[in-house]
Amino acid sequence: MSVSSATEVVDPVPGAGAPHLPRQPDLVQLLTPEGERVEHPQYSLDLDADELRDLYRDLALVRRWDVEATALQRQGELGIWASLLGQEAAQVGAGRALQPGDMAFPTYREHGVAWTRGVDPLHVISLFRGVDNGGWDPVATAFNLYTVVIGAQTLHATGYAMGLQRDGAEGAVLAFLGDGATSQGEVNEAMIWAASFSAPVVFFCQNNQYAISVPLERQSRVPLYQRAAGFGFPGVRVDGNDVLAVLAVTRAALAAAREGQGPTFVEAFTYRMGAHTTSDDPTRYRLASELEEWKLRDPIARVKAYLSRSGTADQDFFDAVEAEADELAARIRRGTTEMPDPPGTAMFDQVFAEQTPHLAAQQAAFEAYQATFEEASE
Amino acid sequence: MSTQTLTIGKALNLGLRRAMEDDAKVVLMGEDIGRLGGVFRITDGLQKDFGEDRVVDTPLAEAGILGTAVGLAMRGYRPVCEIQFDGFVFPAYNQIVTQVAKIHARSRGRLAMPVVIRIPFGGGIGAVEHHSESPEAYFAHTPGLKVVAVSNPVDAYWGIQQAIAHPDPIVFLEPKRRYWDKAEVDTAATPDPLFASRLVRGGDDVTVLAYGPMVKTVLQAAEAAAEEGRSLEVVDLRTISPLDLDPVVDSVRRTGRCVVVHEAPVTLGLGAEIAARVTEACFHSLEAPVLRVGGYDTPYPPSKLEEEYLPDLDRVLDAVDRAMGF
Repeated sequence: MSVSSATEVVDPVPGAGAPHLPRQPDLVQLLTPEGERVEHPQYSLDLDADELRDLYRDLALVRRWDVEATALQRQGELGIWASLLGQEAAQVGAGRALQPGDMAFPTYREHGVAWTRGVDPLHVISLFRGVDNGGWDPVATAFNLYTVVIGAQTLHATGYAMGLQRDGAEGAVLAFLGDGATSQGEVNEAMIWAASFSAPVVFFCQNNQYAISVPLERQSRVPLYQRAAGFGFPGVRVDGNDVLAVLAVTRAALAAAREGQGPTFVEAFTYRMGAHTTSDDPTRYRLASELEEWKLRDPIARVKAYLSRSGTADQDFFDAVEAEADELAARIRRGTTEMPDPPGTAMFDQVFAEQTPHLAAQQAAFEAYQATFEEASE
Repeated sequence: MSTQTLTIGKALNLGLRRAMEDDAKVVLMGEDIGRLGGVFRITDGLQKDFGEDRVVDTPLAEAGILGTAVGLAMRGYRPVCEIQFDGFVFPAYNQIVTQVAKIHARSRGRLAMPVVIRIPFGGGIGAVEHHSESPEAYFAHTPGLKVVAVSNPVDAYWGIQQAIAHPDPIVFLEPKRRYWDKAEVDTAATPDPLFASRLVRGGDDVTVLAYGPMVKTVLQAAEAAAEEGRSLEVVDLRTISPLDLDPVVDSVRRTGRCVVVHEAPVTLGLGAEIAARVTEACFHSLEAPVLRVGGYDTPYPPSKLEEEYLPDLDRVLDAVDRAMGF
């Protein structure tokens, strides 16, 4: 392919191969799939033992939350669940790169980022249970509500970054998107705006290889991070299953944004191990062998291997995290099954800051109608 | 002297200026609104006086204008977005309908969305395709949006300020072919509320409703009808969503007849909604069905045909005749 021949082409993860893709250019990696710590000439990361163990804990707890949510959906407790299985490192690495003054704009799969922002998992679960559209406070958590229309949030993120810029605020914005979203006009507009106004925003694209069923090559004929050059800002591809590399790359990009250097596009090269959502059947569009290959690059196993081999964590630590994960899963299960349905009138609340007389009348009529059933049952 | 003669365009310009003076968080965004002052010159001189950060010449992408306005609103700004022409709002339609309109509810009131979307709307200026449309029903059908249409310089001056100060997103429709119409505007007066219709001419025989550019047409029809001894009561609806139909219902209960006039195609236009509500509220008073006068269910035609397409004095009077004939 003429495009890829212009760059150094190596397999993204040596020896593993991504059979459905042409050979890929290099990507930033600090921790190999085997758990070997490697250096990168441009990106370095110096974490102490506590920080390394904390990252493992994040990854393990987020995965446990995700597995529990999938189980809850299977048991009829959730309407749907969008699993992040396999993308834990991309999300935890990106989320932990954020500072308190930063703001994140997620898609609908960033449960791992929500975790790093202190969002209660039950406030995410409530969305998928159909109780609300997300129960967390987007201002207090600096984590916007989930956006379901693909890519729309990248413009919100860019506008928010322009606001930070106008306010002379310190922060930067992390805009999440997927590989499919890069085809959206609005995402391209966001990148144009971000470049033209030098907005402090980082576009964090989790390339998990599929937009539901459609593989990446239908979205792009060039590696996604190379798109950034066309907009006039840097793009970098990072091993999305390497939490250390994601953390280092995203930190650097956010720091550049805060310093007034404008946007960066980060492509976190990863893989959606599970289905798009619990309604999806990935066996219809991808090979089991592909999944098996990506299992070898599991984002959590490599951290565990590294922590063990380097003596940073012992079995007691892993047991303690396991126990904490069990507690978290039990709390999520209990909180989900005990979650009350909202009152019927909730749909009328907050449609407007100033409710209209028309809507107030409609609500009154609704209440009167509902009351007829209560009377009938008395 | 606080009273001056202003065109609708100039009244909007003054209203925008005053809103920007009153609140430093007001930011104007749009295509060609800075150095050029907008293709209709509504923002003329504002960038010179308020700077490029407050009157922003944006990249040429309407979704980008609305999408970044959302983010700015989340930071406490009050974006006022100019859509250059009605037919150009559709690239931004997704952001308006799925985001701007929904974010307050989605966030359970934690995020305010005080975004004003200014759209010059309607035909009659001899323009090419997409420059003469009336898309108000799309927005009135969208929960979470409010929609207003001004018909005169007084409402233009006050309405734009009221819309900018309002906490909810508002589609603010400007009657482009009336931009140059003049009236006395008292800038020290107390304005009427934004979300209120207004009786603009009393009459006994038929209640005729209009908004935006059609108000003038209907008032001219009322003049003509009066010469023939027929008395039309005219209501300028002013607010399209929410509708303020109390004055309309009072009127129709007296006249027993109602005609709704707008430029937009009649099928599922505002007239359909109004006819349903007026019928429900005034069923026992009606002497005739509520009639609609509007654009045909065709794409807005090439300009040589727009006189035939657009409701005019004669078509309004024809509907009045039909209402009286029942």
